[in-house]
Amino acid sequence: MKKILPAMKIAFRALRINKMRSALTMLGIIIGVGAVIAMVAVGSGATERIQQQIASIGSNVIIVMPGSITASGIRLGSGNAVTLTIDDAKALARDCPSVQAVAPSSRSGAQVVYGNNNWATSLYGTTPDYLTIRDIGIQSGNVFSQQDVDSDAKVALLGQTVVNNLFNGADPVGQVIRIKRVPFTVVGTLVPKGQSPTGQDQDDIIILPITTAQKKVFGVNQARANSVGSLMVQARGPQFIQAAQDEMRAVLRQRHHLQASQDDDFTIRNLEEVFQAQETSSRVMSILLAAIASVSLIVGGIGIMNIMLVSVTERTREIGLRQAVGAKTKDILTQFLVEAVTLSILGGVVGILLGILASKLISIFAQWSTLVSPGAILLAFIFSALVGVFFGFYPARKAALLDPIDALRYE
Amino acid sequence: MAERLIEIDQITKIYKLGDVTVHALRGVSLEIERGSFVAIMGPSGSGKSTLMNIVGCLDKPTSGTYVLDGVNVSTLSRDQLAEIRNQKIGFVFQQFNLLARTSAAENVELPLLYSSRAAADRHQKALRALDWVGLAGREQHHPNQLSGGQQQRVAIARALINDPQIILADEPTGALDSRTSVEIMALFQKLNRESGLSIIVVTHEPDIAEYSDRIIRFKDGHLVSDQPVLAPRDAKRELETLPAEEPEEAEAVTQ
Ligand SMILES: Nc1ncnc2c1ncn2[C@@H]1O[C@H](COP(=O)(O)OP(=O)(O)OP(=O)(O)O)[C@@H](O)[C@H]1O
Ligand SMILES: [Mg+2]
Repeated sequence: MKKILPAMKIAFRALRINKMRSALTMLGIIIGVGAVIAMVAVGSGATERIQQQIASIGSNVIIVMPGSITASGIRLGSGNAVTLTIDDAKALARDCPSVQAVAPSSRSGAQVVYGNNNWATSLYGTTPDYLTIRDIGIQSGNVFSQQDVDSDAKVALLGQTVVNNLFNGADPVGQVIRIKRVPFTVVGTLVPKGQSPTGQDQDDIIILPITTAQKKVFGVNQARANSVGSLMVQARGPQFIQAAQDEMRAVLRQRHHLQASQDDDFTIRNLEEVFQAQETSSRVMSILLAAIASVSLIVGGIGIMNIMLVSVTERTREIGLRQAVGAKTKDILTQFLVEAVTLSILGGVVGILLGILASKLISIFAQWSTLVSPGAILLAFIFSALVGVFFGFYPARKAALLDPIDALRYE
Repeated sequence: MAERLIEIDQITKIYKLGDVTVHALRGVSLEIERGSFVAIMGPSGSGKSTLMNIVGCLDKPTSGTYVLDGVNVSTLSRDQLAEIRNQKIGFVFQQFNLLARTSAAENVELPLLYSSRAAADRHQKALRALDWVGLAGREQHHPNQLSGGQQQRVAIARALINDPQIILADEPTGALDSRTSVEIMALFQKLNRESGLSIIVVTHEPDIAEYSDRIIRFKDGHLVSDQPVLAPRDAKRELETLPAEEPEEAEAVTQ
């Protein structure tokens, strides 16, 4: 270890003498490490975004949608068929042991009026469980009850944005608003959630009992009054997600009288899958960057090997002299290895800075969140050092095994 | 006193270059006592440098044995030879062989870098050695800022730094003018007489050989004569009588 320091001093001197050459040699490593950093940043940015989205929806959530969806995301064969009903939701809650709660939900948009104010917003018809599953809290008032759902009660919960736009600071609880001319009593307001990671205002909503919504607001015909847009299911815990999906599939297939040869007429997705599918573009970018990184690191490594071979030849006499005054095989090996590693680490450090810059630019121009983690920086650093060791070894060995007399005589 | 430092017995060295075999040394036997000052002479190609390389543990003989300071070095490994070179031998070359873009002091320190002995006052030691060869004040100069004679002094300081048993100098004055050559020989004589260091010098110049105590002559790989010098010349006294051709400072500036 005490020999590394003088070896580094010698290395820096040698690299300083040929500044331009050293810089050009480092270029491959710089680009390679920069790409590694950017790649990891894009990748972990995407992962983080998925996690935020999942967190904003609720934990351990599984969504059941009507119709089947192929692996490539194309919706097949749903047609006009109504495949999910409020009764399906009840059955799932009752018959699937891994399921904690099920909330059927249907969505629509509508104009809402209070006094002279009106506001266009999203309507969610659902059950009280929806708030538990999505982890939505109550700011003031109360949640409507299951009984309200069963009795088609005309009650509503308002998100903060709706409150702000309709009530001008007045207390909305107990007031009556009109949705498509139908009067609803406001029974509570929701704790603000802010923007979703995709930039949607999560507080611009009204939640109604699903029965009331279907019959009085969405205006679906009687035959379909029982059908719902989707089911939000919460598993008992992260480890139950897979089991819950399997149980739900079995229950739904039985309820829908599907033969073994028939495909599902519904789609079960856990949120992880849903959002990962959305992140394919950043995954493609990651793969591209990984390709650039590996090619650049190899090219950079070969560049280092090349320059080190040149350096060994140029300094043959110096090597001979060092051997004459007592340098052992190991000493010469260390000296040139340290020089190669210094070169690659220097390139690595510049590459890390460049990679951080590139990540920032990617988030600005491609609107992707990127995350440069200390782990990635450490990884890139170790990687560049390894490139130096790997590609520096052959030239260093060549130097160390020179015959002292031949080396001293070298012209 | 007459302790043997070097015992060489029937050494041969054969180089094979394709079909050609060169017999550089054809059975040389030689003993050198501690504290001697030996000059080796002979025509070009007679095997002088080949012998010096073997004596300096840079090369191994094809056959024969070589015992240095009681150790049979013919059987040692590459790294063991490096250790011996580091600890027991100081080299002075015709072309100085200093590291470019490196200060005189750092050049002198070089052997200490590879020494297993403690190197606490490495720099101080280098400064003392440079002072001893008369280069005080030039410690930070780079080789291209020094005259040939000064560069050779740096090389001598480097050879001395690890307190070796023997100094091996292959044509140390070959690249120097006559007055500077005498100055270098004065340094060698001082080392030999005051510190009792053994010195072997290869030279083509008969008057340089006369500063030694013993002259060995080679021809075609054979040792052909081995004679004591009855009245060695005294380089220091000669320098006092020689007019100073040019002052030291001016010499450095012209480089
Ligand atoms: N590495 C080598 N490969 C092949 N032949 C060599 C090698 N080194 C020396 N020789 C040959 O060995 C012989 C002795 O060479 P050496 O260098 O010892 O001569 P020298 O006495 O030092 O000559 P000079 O006075 O010119 O320096 C020469 O014929 C030379 O060509
Ligand atoms: Mg020679």
